[in-house]
Amino acid sequence: MAVGLTLIFGVMRVVNFAHGDMMVWGMYLAFVFATRLGVDPYLSFPVCAAALFLLGVVVQRGLVDPIIAAPHEMQILLMLGVALVLENTALLVFGPEPARVRSPLARLTWDVGPLYVDVARLVTFAVAVVLTLALSLFLFRTDLGRLIRASADNHYGALVIGADVRRIYATAFGIGAACVGAAGALVSPILPFQPPTGLSLSVTSFNIVIIGGMGSLVGAFIGGLLVSVAESLGAVFLRPSLKELFSFSLLIIILLFRPAGLFGKRQS
Amino acid sequence: MKWATGLAVAVLLALPAVLSGYAVTIFVLIFFYAFLAQAWNIVGGYAGQLSAGHAAFVGIGGYTAALLFERGVTPWIGMFVGGALAAVLGAIVGYLGFRFGLRGFYFVLLTVAFAEICRILATNIDAVGGAVGLYITFTGNPRQFQFQDQRAYYYIALVLMLLATGVAALIERRRFGIYLTAIREDETACEALGVDVLRYKLLAMIVSSFLAGLGGTFYAFQNFSLQPGAVFGIPLSVEIVIRPIIGGAGTLLGPILGSFILTPLGELSRSYFGQSGLHGAHLIVYGVLLVTVVLFMPQGAYPFLKQLFKRA
Repeated sequence: MAVGLTLIFGVMRVVNFAHGDMMVWGMYLAFVFATRLGVDPYLSFPVCAAALFLLGVVVQRGLVDPIIAAPHEMQILLMLGVALVLENTALLVFGPEPARVRSPLARLTWDVGPLYVDVARLVTFAVAVVLTLALSLFLFRTDLGRLIRASADNHYGALVIGADVRRIYATAFGIGAACVGAAGALVSPILPFQPPTGLSLSVTSFNIVIIGGMGSLVGAFIGGLLVSVAESLGAVFLRPSLKELFSFSLLIIILLFRPAGLFGKRQS
Repeated sequence: MKWATGLAVAVLLALPAVLSGYAVTIFVLIFFYAFLAQAWNIVGGYAGQLSAGHAAFVGIGGYTAALLFERGVTPWIGMFVGGALAAVLGAIVGYLGFRFGLRGFYFVLLTVAFAEICRILATNIDAVGGAVGLYITFTGNPRQFQFQDQRAYYYIALVLMLLATGVAALIERRRFGIYLTAIREDETACEALGVDVLRYKLLAMIVSSFLAGLGGTFYAFQNFSLQPGAVFGIPLSVEIVIRPIIGGAGTLLGPILGSFILTPLGELSRSYFGQSGLHGAHLIVYGVLLVTVVLFMPQGAYPFLKQLFKRA
C-alpha cells in the first residue's frame, strides 16, 4: 500500500511542510462525502483532488509567491505555519477521534492461490499507478509540463523565453496538492486517520523523497519501496513500534553520504 | 539600556509577591520557553543553522536527571550531567551535519531525524520507562530540585532565562558571535577569509544543546513526569523554534519577546478553548502568527519594533 501512496508523494518537490496535513484534509473531505452524502471515496476522490488543487493554488499565490526569492529557511517556516493552521483547523472541525471511511469495497477480498488480496488496496494501488503515469506523461509530453520542468530547472531561463513563471508555479503547486488530496481520499478507507496523522505523513514523505532523490520519479518509487520494506522488516524482526527507527536511520545515512538521494542528480 | 535591563530584572524579581498562583505558573512557562528559545537562538539565530530537533536535547537532559534521581543522585548534579550528555549529542549531530555540509532544509531534516530516533528509542526501551515514560516521586525536598511552592520554580526559571541570555550576550560581544553572524550571512565568504567555520558552528551547537539539556531537568522536576512524545516529539521542537523566529532570531531580546507573546497566548487559549473541547486553537494562532511574521516582518518582532521606535 505504501508504494502506491508514495508514488504520488514523490512527485511533489516543493519543500512543503504542510504536505501531510493537506493529505489529511483530503481524507476528511472523503470522510464528509461518505458520511453526509453517501458517496464512496473511490468515486469522490477527483472532487477531493480538485478542492486540494484550489487550496494549493491559493497557498502558492497568496503566501509562497511573495517570498519566492527569500532564503529557503523562510519558506520552510512559512509552510510550517500553514501546516499548523491546517492541522489544527482539522482538529477543531473534526475533533481528535480517529476517523475511518467505510466503503463496501474495503471489505472485499480476492483469493489468489495461497494469497488473499485486499480489493481496496489493489484499487488504491492501481489508481495511484495510473495517476503517476498520467502525471509523468503530462510532465514530459505536454507544453505546460515541459514549462513546469523548465521553470524548476532554471527560473531565470524560463523567464527569458517568456514563460509566465508565477502561473506555472501556482499550477505546479496546485497539481501537487491535488495529488495528495487524491491520495488522501484513496487511502481513507484503508487507513484510520486523525488530525495529527498529517505530521507523521509529512515526515514519512520527506524521508521517501530524500532517500529516493529530490524530483526523481524513479527515485520516489524506489525510495517508497525501500522505506516500506525497511519498516516492514523492522516490524517483523523487532517490535512494530521500532519500525520507524529504520527509515530514520536510513535517512541519516543517505543525507550524509548521498544528499542528492539515490537517484537524484548531484548538485554542485 | 543598562538601566532598563536592571529595572526589568528588578520588576521580575518582585513580581511573585503580587501575582496569583495561576499567573506565577504562566510566568514560569514564559521564562522556561524563553530560556529554551534563547538556547536555540545561539545556533539557530546567530549562526543561522535551523535546528528542528532541539527537543532531543531537552529530552536527553530530562531523562538523564530523572534516571540519576531514581538512583539517588540529586538533580542539582544530574542537571549538569544531563546538559553534558545533551551537548555530546549536539556535538555528534552538529559534527555530522556540518562536516558533511548539510545546509538549510537538509540540516533541518537531519536534526528532525535524530530527535525522532531519540523519541522512538525512549518509547521502546523499558529501562527508561518505555511508552509510559518516567514518573518522579514527589518529596518536596529542595535538595532534590522539588518545591512545594511554584514561586521557587519561578525564580529558577528566571535565573535560567537570564543565564542563557547572559551567555548569548557574551557570545554576541566576542569575536565568536561576530563569526557566527558572518557564517549566517555568507558561509562561503567566511570560509574564504580563513574562519574555521566548522569549529565555530560546532561550538555554537554544543553551547546551545548544553543549555537545552539543563532545561530538560527543569521540565522533568516541574512536571514530575516525562513522556517520550512530549519531550522528544516534533511539537516541542516547534515550540522552541517558533518563539525566537517570531520575536526576532539572532537578537538578544527576540527569544524573550517571542516567549512573552506566545506563551501566555498559548496558555490562555489552551485553557479557554480546551475547556469547551476545542483543542489546538492555540496552534492555529501560532501558525497564523508564523505566516504573518514570515511575510511581513521576516526579521521578527523585536527588530521590527525597534525600527518603529526609531522612526517615531
